[in-house]
Amino acid sequence: MTTLSDTAPPGARPPAPRVRTRQSWDRNLYWIATHALGLALGVIFLLPILFVLLTAVMKNDQAMSASLWPAEWHLENFLRVFDRAPLLEYFTNSLIYSGLATAGALLSAIPAAYALSKLRWPGQNLCFMLTLSAMMLPPQVTIVPLYDLWVRIGLTGTLVPLVAPYFFFDAFSIFLLRQFFLTIPRDYLEAAKIDGCTEFQAMVRVLLPMAKPGIAATAMFCFLFTWNDYFGPLLYTGENQDHWPLSLAIASFRGMHHVEWNLTMAATALTMAPVIVLFVVAQKSFVRGITFTGVKG
Amino acid sequence: MTTTLPARADSAPAPGRLRAGAGRARRHRTVAFFMAPAALGFLIFFGYPLVATVVYSFTKYDLINPPTFVGFDNYARMFSTEPLVRTAAYNTLWLVVVLTVCRVVFALGVASVISRLRSGVGLVRTLCYLPSLAPPAAATLAFVFLFNSEFGPVNRILKLVGIDGGLWFNSPAMSKPSLTLLALWGSGELMIIILAALLDVPPEQYEAAQLDGAGPIRRFWHVTLPSISPVLLFGVINSIIYALQFFTQAIVAGSAAAGSADVAGNSKYIGAPQNSTLTYPVWLYVQGFRYFNMGYAAAMAVLLFVVSAGFTWLLVRQLRKSQHQEEAA
Repeated sequence: MTTLSDTAPPGARPPAPRVRTRQSWDRNLYWIATHALGLALGVIFLLPILFVLLTAVMKNDQAMSASLWPAEWHLENFLRVFDRAPLLEYFTNSLIYSGLATAGALLSAIPAAYALSKLRWPGQNLCFMLTLSAMMLPPQVTIVPLYDLWVRIGLTGTLVPLVAPYFFFDAFSIFLLRQFFLTIPRDYLEAAKIDGCTEFQAMVRVLLPMAKPGIAATAMFCFLFTWNDYFGPLLYTGENQDHWPLSLAIASFRGMHHVEWNLTMAATALTMAPVIVLFVVAQKSFVRGITFTGVKG
Repeated sequence: MTTTLPARADSAPAPGRLRAGAGRARRHRTVAFFMAPAALGFLIFFGYPLVATVVYSFTKYDLINPPTFVGFDNYARMFSTEPLVRTAAYNTLWLVVVLTVCRVVFALGVASVISRLRSGVGLVRTLCYLPSLAPPAAATLAFVFLFNSEFGPVNRILKLVGIDGGLWFNSPAMSKPSLTLLALWGSGELMIIILAALLDVPPEQYEAAQLDGAGPIRRFWHVTLPSISPVLLFGVINSIIYALQFFTQAIVAGSAAAGSADVAGNSKYIGAPQNSTLTYPVWLYVQGFRYFNMGYAAAMAVLLFVVSAGFTWLLVRQLRKSQHQEEAA
């Protein structure tokens, strides 16, 4: 307060209207600058996808030239890629992998997350810490014995080694669901149990309906992670092209025939498309899910 | 259930301790029932392989012949004679340092721009976040094309403003910076987390600082940074772990830039150009699953585990701490 009166004694204060116009001028400039910057950032982030799409509809000799804008629009390129590679088969494999893994993760993670968030028992903290550790561990650490295990069972070259673990334990799903469950007051469950529900019934009839947004977000993250997974499919299905998911096939797309960059970009765009559609449909869930994974709940 | 109902019926006269004991046993059975699949899965897919990796690391094993005990041979080879593991470790260390710093600073920068927007927040946030969802293999392929030195749009645009673009993914010196750019493009998740933290800073604190005459820079240092520092620390450790397991982008970029005929199959082009994209996990994969030196790969995995366990422990502790604060609040 003293500094204010020092710099601007009442008598020497400049006329009020001028101050206001200068301040609002500053504020307008600030508004323009931040919004220009924000817009520029948005455009920069969008540009790679835009160039992929523009290249995808070019003729190949134009894609291999320095031009940025398609001279002719060959939208049929998006259909031609299906002749070049069995994309539908890869797509189906991806769908099987992601669909089954997501279903399995929800089935196994919901009760575990319930026990970790809504029940009290000795060793609970330890189990939660182990879950967090498993979530952070690089997959390469455990891969040698796991691969050996699947070779001995004779299931390498199929999607089973990729899907099966999700039906038992998926650390990220357990973690995320637990975070969501914590936000649901225990009172509702207590009330249900006083009314004679078992823990299981309380979970299914009371908690699950209330946790729908959290379950949806968890399902989406699991679907996304498996859809994008490259290491697992490369390891377990690399030898058997019939079981390749899209993420693995796309990396070899150029290789199956000589490089046709326009078609490669068309296939790239098609690989990204389902994820982008999923996001547009369920943006709110995504954003909520991410902030839940952060430090703040 | 059969035991609980009678207990409930005559619960009033029953001695307190007995009731608590029965209740506890019942609760423990419920917990065991709920946790059983997860516990089994954890043991099979984490517990067993973690122990087994250590055992395998003392053997020579090619998946066909039974493993033979070789003592510390694999470790000796790793730390002295095998040259490429050092290159791989260097590349991963490079990513851990540069990628982590760039990722956190960039995400913080973008998030603070978004947090200052008055309109269009949703649109800009969506545009910045969307790329992080793209499948890494597809995104890498797109970037290798976009940054292609001959006909890539990036060099074309750079030329318009008078800059000679360079070889990007095809140059040993530029391949890792190019991968870093790719990672920044996909850092939307971290941005959203930091953005949420920025928006959580109480506006009164800014107003108070402004009244005290603090400019934008001092307000950032003394108000913003202290209150989002837990989130930034989370971002740093999270980025380190991300860099430690950097695999897909490196292996796809190396093969695609080298013009390999078969990305998924041919190990000849992995790490191209000149092993500059040969990260530690990539080399572990090649040793174990291309050359079938399973024992050696296991020894590499043990080292990776030791390093990442340290950071994992830090991150778990950080998450736990914020949990406690949350529960206390």
